[in-house]
Amino acid sequence: MGLRLDLLLLAAALLFSPALSDLVILKVDRRVDLTSQIVRVTSTLKVENNGKDAVTEVLLVFPDRQVKNLAYLFAVSSAGKGKAKSYSHTLSVNEINLKGMPPSLVGYLVSLPEPLGKGESYTLDVLAVYTHSLKPFPEKITQADIQLLVFEDSAYYLSPYEVKAQSLTVKLPQARIESYTRIENTKLHGSDIKYGPYENLPPFSHSPIVVHFESNRPFAVARELVREVEISHWGNVQVTEYYNVVNRGSEITGEFSRLEFQARPHIRGPSSFRNLVAKLPPRTHSVYYRDEIGNISTSHLWSDSKKTELEIEPRYPMFGGWRTAFTIGYGLPLQDFLFESEGKRFLNFSFGSPINEIIVDTLFMKIVLPEGSNDITVTAPFPIKESRETKLSHLDLVGRPVIILEKSNVVPEHNQYFQVYYTFSGISMLREPLMLIFGFFFLFITYILYMHADISISKSSPSYLAKMQWEEVQAVIQQVENIVSRCLAVHEKLEASLQDLSRTGVVQACKSVRKSADSTLKELYKEMKPLLSFLQSSSQAAHILPKVEELVTKERELQEKLMTKHLTVVDCYEKKLGGREIENRINAHQQKITVLRQEVDDLLDYIDEL
Amino acid sequence: MSSPETASERTVRHAFGNVLAFFVLLLIGVLAFSIRLFSVIKYESVIHEFDPYFNYRVTQFLTKNGIYDFWNWFDDRTWYPLGRVIGGTVYPGLTLTAGTLWWVLHSLNIPLSVETVCVFTAPTFSAFASWATYLLTKEVKGPGAGLAAATLLGMVPSYISRSVAGSYDNEAVAIFALIFTFFLYIKTLNTGSLFYATLNAISYFYMVCSWGGYTFIINLIPIHVLLCIVTGRYSSRLYIAYAPLVVLGTLLAALVPVVGFNAVMTSEHFASFLVFIILHVVALVYYIKGILSPRMFKVAVTLVLSIGLAVCCAVISILIAVVASSPTKGWSGRSLSLLDPTYASKYIPIIASVSEHQPPAWPSYFMDINVLAFLVPAGIIACFLPLSDASSFAVLYIVTSVYFSGVMVRLMLVLAPAACIMSGIALSEAFDALTGSIKFQLLGFSTENSQVGVGDASPDNAPAQKNAVKSDASENTLKDRTSRKNKKKEKERGKEEQGGQSSLQSQIKMRLQVLPLESSIIGVFLLIMLGAFYVVHCVWAAAEAYSAPSIVLTSHSQNGLHVFDDFREAYAWLRHNTEVDDKVASWWDYGYQTTAMANRTVIVDNNTWNNTHIATVGTAMSSPEKAAWEIFNSLDVKYVLVVFGGLVGYPSDDINKFLWMVRIGGGVFPHIKEPDYLRDGQYRIDSQATPTMLNCLMYKLSYYRFVDADGKGFDRVRQTEIGKKHFKLTHFEEVFTTHHWMVRIYKLKPPKNRIRGKAKKSKSKASSISSSKKSTKIKKNPWL
Repeated sequence: MGLRLDLLLLAAALLFSPALSDLVILKVDRRVDLTSQIVRVTSTLKVENNGKDAVTEVLLVFPDRQVKNLAYLFAVSSAGKGKAKSYSHTLSVNEINLKGMPPSLVGYLVSLPEPLGKGESYTLDVLAVYTHSLKPFPEKITQADIQLLVFEDSAYYLSPYEVKAQSLTVKLPQARIESYTRIENTKLHGSDIKYGPYENLPPFSHSPIVVHFESNRPFAVARELVREVEISHWGNVQVTEYYNVVNRGSEITGEFSRLEFQARPHIRGPSSFRNLVAKLPPRTHSVYYRDEIGNISTSHLWSDSKKTELEIEPRYPMFGGWRTAFTIGYGLPLQDFLFESEGKRFLNFSFGSPINEIIVDTLFMKIVLPEGSNDITVTAPFPIKESRETKLSHLDLVGRPVIILEKSNVVPEHNQYFQVYYTFSGISMLREPLMLIFGFFFLFITYILYMHADISISKSSPSYLAKMQWEEVQAVIQQVENIVSRCLAVHEKLEASLQDLSRTGVVQACKSVRKSADSTLKELYKEMKPLLSFLQSSSQAAHILPKVEELVTKERELQEKLMTKHLTVVDCYEKKLGGREIENRINAHQQKITVLRQEVDDLLDYIDEL
Repeated sequence: MSSPETASERTVRHAFGNVLAFFVLLLIGVLAFSIRLFSVIKYESVIHEFDPYFNYRVTQFLTKNGIYDFWNWFDDRTWYPLGRVIGGTVYPGLTLTAGTLWWVLHSLNIPLSVETVCVFTAPTFSAFASWATYLLTKEVKGPGAGLAAATLLGMVPSYISRSVAGSYDNEAVAIFALIFTFFLYIKTLNTGSLFYATLNAISYFYMVCSWGGYTFIINLIPIHVLLCIVTGRYSSRLYIAYAPLVVLGTLLAALVPVVGFNAVMTSEHFASFLVFIILHVVALVYYIKGILSPRMFKVAVTLVLSIGLAVCCAVISILIAVVASSPTKGWSGRSLSLLDPTYASKYIPIIASVSEHQPPAWPSYFMDINVLAFLVPAGIIACFLPLSDASSFAVLYIVTSVYFSGVMVRLMLVLAPAACIMSGIALSEAFDALTGSIKFQLLGFSTENSQVGVGDASPDNAPAQKNAVKSDASENTLKDRTSRKNKKKEKERGKEEQGGQSSLQSQIKMRLQVLPLESSIIGVFLLIMLGAFYVVHCVWAAAEAYSAPSIVLTSHSQNGLHVFDDFREAYAWLRHNTEVDDKVASWWDYGYQTTAMANRTVIVDNNTWNNTHIATVGTAMSSPEKAAWEIFNSLDVKYVLVVFGGLVGYPSDDINKFLWMVRIGGGVFPHIKEPDYLRDGQYRIDSQATPTMLNCLMYKLSYYRFVDADGKGFDRVRQTEIGKKHFKLTHFEEVFTTHHWMVRIYKLKPPKNRIRGKAKKSKSKASSISSSKKSTKIKKNPWL
């Protein structure tokens, strides 16, 4: 491969060099950071225009082997004027091909802020971030083995321009290095390998180097991450992130011994990782961490005013090749992320995963806007595939608009803010509560109507008529009962007067009570008469009539007895007879009264039951 | 009091009472629901234990694939290589209930997950169950007793143990169905309405769908009908209550695939048909009695009796012969172990091995129904004063359920509602008497004083008492004559509320049951104390004893709560890091969880329908490594999972269950003999253990490299040092062990590791095993 590339490069150099020879790179400093699974190459270029025409663009080329893994490319001017515009993927491979570029190279054009005149020079920093370009070697290790990685690159900066001076620094996580390619001017300082300086190299110079080194940094890769951001205008932004994580380091082979892992975790399971740390925005609340079979209890949360830090441990230590899946969810205050401008609302939210140093192979960002939002536009700092769908949840009728942003090969550098603009009226917010209120309201109204409505099918059927009559009879019986109970109340008054008598000995009061009772009772009987005659006439009441009549007669009897008792007692008092005497006299009455009263009660109960 | 009460006032009072009762019921529902949420609050919203995981998985399937696929579901992820027809072997009531709930919620666009719906199904239905209890008890003894019983049922520990949030098991909905069926039966019996009879049959159908315990209904109701007939309480209401239930109920029951023709073929249903016939005979006799003169009737009776007896004898003897010809007498093993408590331990170790099929210990009565145990006798007495159709049913229910709960711990659950009904009645009656006498003493004291104050109290009292007795008697006859609909209710209301109308009446009534003021106050106070004690106990039981999901364990130590989440750790590992078609062998307890949580195929699971298959796994676990490897390999097993509690002291691990594996395995494969694993009849794993024990697979997989953990190999469950400390595995390799070593997963080494000298022999054997008749071959000669 290397050889083939060399040949191609040679061919490219031969073909290509005359076309772009106006620019010369005076100095290139490249720093390759291999301390994590994400390879970050920072190149500081100083370009000078040696040609006659002003130059506005600088061409960067990469071998397609690297471009495949290139997640992020970013250029800044290091001239101290602040950030230049960032450029990436501005030119396609084909366009370069037209100019005679070999197919194994991909070019990117960086536009300069102002044309570069003859003899002028310009310094820019280019950050290229690669994923999956560190290959574990050996590919399978046992639990106790350390993880070794291979990194391949060129010692010379690959450029279509002539490079006057250059150097390369490779920063490794640990000082332990298995092997590295030695060419001229190679130095090893601790955990840094330095190549260069090299001077005056022609365009497309290439010298492959291989570094084989130890790294036990986590190789956490989310094969798929779905981030769902749901906006509620009641004050919450709910974020749910579904991770599908794999350790892409050297795969574990052979036994996994918990004993060895627990006894000396750093020695006996060096290639595994136990936890991941997510940096969440400040004022995050209601954080949860679970998977499809329930909550995962191994997590910690720290928060201060600047950030919230969530440390999550998967259910088991993640050895090479092991996979897991989990979900993180949290709520955020709405006012931190939702703003208004020119009558439109916009959500300002960061794109990538909050977990440190994780690579996401495919990221789906779903923004669920409230129901009734429209006029939706998205602005993002880098190109993203966009699609739409609708989601029905929480009493929706038409569904909420969902914007799906899809991007592959996402690295922490993609944690930049994007904006979703939409319009939404505040009244729509009240729709669901109102819906509920009216729903319940109508439920009760229907119930009330149902209770009051007569929904019998036929109004003239005999059973219906019978029912109506029966209801009438029942009402009358109810009235009779009422009268009887009023009679009973009068009886009680009489009894009470007797008690008063026994206490105070005022006979007159007692007599007057009797009189009034007598008159009320008479009135009551008058009232009862028409009712009884109605019952007698009604056919429906035939079976109940005897009982009612019995009730009335019993009540009469009871009343009479009471009256006599009352009379007797009052008499006795008037004659100033002793307590025992009175007792003896009324004893017979008293017994009958109790019996009658009981009977009346029973009858009342019986009638009540109907 | 003195002002006469008008009709409207009474209606208002009545309405007020109803509204109050409604709100009390609402609160009871809230209480029943929320007392079961301790598990969610203390742990998490998760499915509990073993069976619920299966139900959860079935529900997931149902919600995903719909009802028709559900009926036809052949599950190939369990009982490998046999599989299981889920649609035809599962009681679908629970699943369909939760599935319907989920469907309704989703059609309202309320995005609850299936899991959430499943977790909260049980608490929801316990609220329904307490309402059903209210209805049932109201039919028996009036609304006061109903409210008391509903409150008691809302928090009875026995029922809580099966219906905490997450305990997604058949019993959760079945208890509701049971009580509701009983309520509808009583309602029909009290009203004689065919409408309720039909509802009753439908409710019975729901019960049949939900739980195998429906046989309790279909036996208890016939017994009650028979009781009514024998005691001369036959009426057309009884006929309407029973006949439609048998006809419709049996037809409907036969629609449930898992019951099918069992509804007419097995002996469990025999009693209902016999009583059905008897009921018709009795109905006919009453009819004939009505149309014939007494003398003619006597002649007819003698005639019919002589012929009928002969026919009956013939029919019964044929029936008995048919029933006796089947080996289990037509009874299923579980039912037989109910009739003969020693049956299971003698013949079916697989039923005996389940702890919930054991008879309960005495303390468990106190734990599960607490003070209700003391209130029940009082309730029974109250039911006899007066005895009605409904209260005789309640008495019958409590008596039978006490027996059944004595046979199986699990049936404590059937006892709980009966105990609650009885205690509700007892409490309500007791409060009635006590508050009544307090009221009488406080309010009626002056009246009484004057009446008697004039003279001596004694002559006045005696006749009153007599009257009261008489009135009670007349009350009884009254009740027998009429349907007693709401009789009691009115009575109580009369006592408690219609003071104006009936203070005199109550005064007289009270006189006979009146208690001294002090003792009634003390009595009320003691009853409240008793209730408070019950509440405290229930809350404690709900919070501490019954809320653990059993897949997550916790322990308290100096530095706070320690969580043992090893089961899910292992299942999650299996789910994500093994191939999707890998087979996992474990003891059957973990089958449901493995299929549900790890989504891997298992050999045996908690639906212990194939004893031979379980015995095969038991044999493998009790065999030496090589033989076990061959059994597992013949079953295409790739991973073996064992549960080991020795490191952290988790007592229900596989070593403690091991003797059952030996017994069940030995029951089918005679070369596994229990005495080989016991030293002098004692089960031990220390240096005194037998070599067979120390060399069996279960021992090795449990204790592999255990000695390196602490240097001594001290097993914290068995409280002893293990017998064989240093050994290597030749046919298995450890692939995963959880954080606390509670679950250990081993992988079968590939076949090349077989001992070379015997390679030829084993090859021929392997081919014979992998032939089509796999299971029968295994049974005969799996490895020798």
